[in-house]
Amino acid sequence: MGKEEKKPDKILMVSSSPHLVSSSTSRRIMFEVIIGCLPAVGAALYFFRGQAALILIACVASALITEWLFNVVRKKTRTIGDGSAIVTAVILGLSLPPTIPTWAAAIGTVAAISVGKMVFGGLGCNIFNPAMMGRAFLMACFGTMMTTWIPPVQEQAAILQVRCDAGQEIAAVTEATPLALAKQPIKDAANNNKIKKATPLLVNQKLKAMFLGGTSGSAGETSALFWLIGGIFLLYRRTITWHIPVAVLGSAILFATIPWLFDTFYIGPSGALEFGEAQIYANPLVHLFGGGLMMCAFFIATDPVTCPLTRWGRILFGIGVGSLIMLIRLKGGYPEGVMYAILLMNAMTPLLERWTRPKPMGGHSSRE
Amino acid sequence: MAVLTTENSEKVSRRYTFRRGIHPSEHKNLTESVPITRAVLKAGSVVVVPMLQHIGAMCKPTVEVKQEVTTGQIVGNSEAFVSAPVHSPVNGVVKEISPQPHPSGRKVISAVITVGEEQPTEQEWRKLPGSYDPDKYDHETIIKSIREAGVVGMGGAAFPTAMKLTWNPKRPVHSVLVNGCECEPYLTSDHRLMTESPATIVAGVQLAIKACGAKRGIIAIEDNKPDAIEKIHAAIEDIDNIQLAICQTKYPQGSERQLIKAVLGRVVPTGGLPREVRVVVINVATAAAITWACLEGRPVTERIVTVTGQGIKEPGNFLVSVGMLLSDLIEQCGGLTDTVEKVLLGGPMMGLATPHLNVPILKGTSGITALSRNETNLAEETACIRCSRCVDHCPLGLVPTQIAHAIKARSLDVALKYDLLACIECGSCAYVCPARIPLLQYLRAGKAMARIAKEQEKPRQTEAGSKSRE
Repeated sequence: MGKEEKKPDKILMVSSSPHLVSSSTSRRIMFEVIIGCLPAVGAALYFFRGQAALILIACVASALITEWLFNVVRKKTRTIGDGSAIVTAVILGLSLPPTIPTWAAAIGTVAAISVGKMVFGGLGCNIFNPAMMGRAFLMACFGTMMTTWIPPVQEQAAILQVRCDAGQEIAAVTEATPLALAKQPIKDAANNNKIKKATPLLVNQKLKAMFLGGTSGSAGETSALFWLIGGIFLLYRRTITWHIPVAVLGSAILFATIPWLFDTFYIGPSGALEFGEAQIYANPLVHLFGGGLMMCAFFIATDPVTCPLTRWGRILFGIGVGSLIMLIRLKGGYPEGVMYAILLMNAMTPLLERWTRPKPMGGHSSRE
Repeated sequence: MAVLTTENSEKVSRRYTFRRGIHPSEHKNLTESVPITRAVLKAGSVVVVPMLQHIGAMCKPTVEVKQEVTTGQIVGNSEAFVSAPVHSPVNGVVKEISPQPHPSGRKVISAVITVGEEQPTEQEWRKLPGSYDPDKYDHETIIKSIREAGVVGMGGAAFPTAMKLTWNPKRPVHSVLVNGCECEPYLTSDHRLMTESPATIVAGVQLAIKACGAKRGIIAIEDNKPDAIEKIHAAIEDIDNIQLAICQTKYPQGSERQLIKAVLGRVVPTGGLPREVRVVVINVATAAAITWACLEGRPVTERIVTVTGQGIKEPGNFLVSVGMLLSDLIEQCGGLTDTVEKVLLGGPMMGLATPHLNVPILKGTSGITALSRNETNLAEETACIRCSRCVDHCPLGLVPTQIAHAIKARSLDVALKYDLLACIECGSCAYVCPARIPLLQYLRAGKAMARIAKEQEKPRQTEAGSKSRE
């Protein structure tokens, strides 16, 4: 047998099957999410210019540095290349008010990466969405900074003009967010029971701006459209499945519509059902396009690490997030509820997974 | 030739598919239009016939060293119920009987036979003899012929076919499902067999139906093999009790449970056999082997093997003697390329990687896949990001990542609670995993742990039982 002489022994690799893998990798998933964020990042840069850019740069840089430091200190392989820190930083940065000082944004990101992710063991081990952890941290530490809102630069000039003409002293141009506007009548109604009749809700007139951009709010919250574009990209790439976005948006719009309907229809003097202008509750579309709902439905709630593994688990998770958001927005103390809704439902994830464990084809194997 | 319509008819049904599963790229174009040729065994070379080529009891050698053997002579047999004899594929002399490398990785007692100068004339396998009449055979003679010929499941599992088809009035069989799906990427041996020798397969199905007393046979083919569908359809046209089912192309369509679900809509209970839902599943290659066993008493000494992958210089489909060494077969295909990384016995999804080429082709080896570096997975395992793709694609509806986590933590209880033992080892979970976690490897390790735990538990239980009796 002269075979061995003819060809030097080739070392063959041995491993367990399967020997094929799909082309998708964790890294690719993370970068797809980042690409999905790009329309909203573009919008943030367009509406808030340098302020948004500084916040995003601060967030990304501090996220990478924090993760790298953790890797070094814990003597683990470097994981900053996997892209997950950038995703967290971008989501957090876009959820912050554009007026926040850069150092505060950086501190929030450090908290998000360290307390939110790395202390649990890094990527895949955290219980809570790191970006929302960071935001909650900032909310607790720097409450005022986190609730001061400015309109986009395009609007600022006009407002300045108006106020100067009126002879007002201008320190800074602040403006309530659409959701705060939507909240006001609810608060009023609860406090003094006096409803200003025949004043159509201010916020309903802002719908177009809320969809296309141009209202005050977090850096990435000014436009629902750009998140929708990014979300559709993720769905198209199958980076996320439809379950969570549909459940979040569906339940949110359901719970926004019910009180609005009760507000709109009333029993008139003749005893018939009559249709009028809603006095307290804003148009459901305000809640759909307002605040961080779109971002939440496609980018935050769909964070694979902190949402359930099973299909039904994901649907229940989405319904929970959507209804909690509306509960906080309509009945809670804050005009916006995305952050707390996400964190609460993250805590429910293990339980949801246990409840919705799929039954294997052929039934559970009998335990011996 | 009958024209295939897109409508369902009594003869052809387009049942759909099972839930979940994956769509790996097929790479079948490497060999699907290459006709089957005979792999030549040179005089003086050796064949290795392992005593274990099936699930069940190992055979005992029935020949001695230096004894002359003829083609088809039994060289190993067993008295055990679940077993199948092994035969010499050639005329030659037994060189030695000793433990030899086996695809499973262990060494198995094998008869090493030196191929003699004079070989019998090549046997016809494409056409049936003109005198074939299925009504001549009754179930006892069919089962006896199958058993003597050593027919085992040739799709890969290698379960003795005689056992599977046993006539048992207490557990009757309604349908014989014939698996021509070949969902495994790269492999085309069943595909070529169906296009080149449909009559043999159909005759085998008729015999299998008779053997187990079934009412009908259904040949299931994936819709990515239109030529095979056409040929089989033409062959079953005049036969009343055989139907054709066209399945969607999806992995693992050829898995027993998935196929029964797709074609008949029945679900085999976890841990149960297809017989519980009155079905028996055989592979098309097994059907062909049944035909030759019954018609001519020809034992399983040859089978069709696809040699494929970018690691092979000249991929093709071959009629190979069982026992031929991998190195000889690969040499006939021009050898391995320089970029070869893995050589697999079987296809890339379920095949066994072999570290060396001195292992023989077994009855259940349907293909040799030599994967080059860029075809296979060499990435390192990273952290699970809980993307739930393994859950979304597991054809059995398991939660592979949680089972794997439980096994990593050595908590077998949790793994068993999550139905570890229901896993069919198709590998869909590891295929889709973006973190490159070898999920199936963990699950296999878990199954091994469960097996060991069960073995250790048994004597303890009997001890406890005897104590309590005292």
